[in-house]
Amino acid sequence: MAQAAATQHGEHEETTTGLNHRKLLMWAFLGSDCMFFGSLIATYVVYQGKSKVGPFPEDVFSIPVTSVSTFVLLMSSMSMVLAYAALTRGKMKAFRIWILSTAIMGMTFIGFQVFEFRDFANYEVHIDCAHLDVEKLTEFEKTFADQCADGVEEFEEQHGLTPRTNLFGTTFFTLTGFHGAHVTLGVIWLLSIAFHSFRGGVRPETNLDVDLAALYWHFVDVVWIVIFTVVYLFGVFPGI
Amino acid sequence: MAEDAHTHDNQPTQESHAEHTGHPTPMTYFKVAMILSIITAIEVAIFYVEDLGHGIIPILVVLSVAKFALVAMFYMHLRYDAKLFTGFFVGGLILALTIGIALLGLFRFFG
Repeated sequence: MAQAAATQHGEHEETTTGLNHRKLLMWAFLGSDCMFFGSLIATYVVYQGKSKVGPFPEDVFSIPVTSVSTFVLLMSSMSMVLAYAALTRGKMKAFRIWILSTAIMGMTFIGFQVFEFRDFANYEVHIDCAHLDVEKLTEFEKTFADQCADGVEEFEEQHGLTPRTNLFGTTFFTLTGFHGAHVTLGVIWLLSIAFHSFRGGVRPETNLDVDLAALYWHFVDVVWIVIFTVVYLFGVFPGI
Repeated sequence: MAEDAHTHDNQPTQESHAEHTGHPTPMTYFKVAMILSIITAIEVAIFYVEDLGHGIIPILVVLSVAKFALVAMFYMHLRYDAKLFTGFFVGGLILALTIGIALLGLFRFFG
């Protein structure tokens, strides 16, 4: 039994490397996915600040909202690792609670992303002409400042950000969209494991199945750590 | 419940296995989560300090790398697993960084 558990965990396999092939394959996949996201992030950085028309990052990003969604994803990584720890200790009830919590937090993160994408697509330039202070306007808003000249109280015009709007929109939606697709796939994977466990298909001896899903989930988390810093924090900071 | 009772039979084996592999306890996972939350809070707080200027870049990079390393080492168990797994992941990371630097260089000097 102990040997079976060790084998399922991915160690002391009777293979050339002595390691479980499925786990090795998962790490090879994650390594290749690093290059995939590395290329997308590099493309975003290369085209940063090269958009000819707005809106730009400082117009649409809301750091407080994204910080909350980042926190949710970080916490989902904790609940995922606790689900795995509960499984290896044979605590099936705790395992189910933690893995469902992880899936719920994953869905919450996707909800935040859908909200954000919808918000960006419906972005409106809003200038309070009655109390106009041009210095406080963003570069994109300044291009509309002359609309206040006619003595208008406030100026509003829709300028939604979509993948076709500018280089920022294209690279941003491609990068975060692919990440969101990874999260969605992860949620489906976690839910399928949770439902499988209710039918008795998940046992401590077969914890490698959960270990692989956990590795994938944590990878999605570490990719977001980089995206949050490079795209959101650096994106809004002036002069970068 | 019956399933739980059945799985408890395996508990000594699983725990001894956990001890053998040196995997961290749930408390360690919780502590790592708290550290990750604190680092994220610091990142956001630093973001609003305008006096830092371009000094914000290395600070955010260091904090981001720290978060990345914590998740990879403790949650992905790279600290406790076989070195070959680390090799596969770090190899991919190095290649990703190389792609990034090459792209930036290309666009800076030939763009």
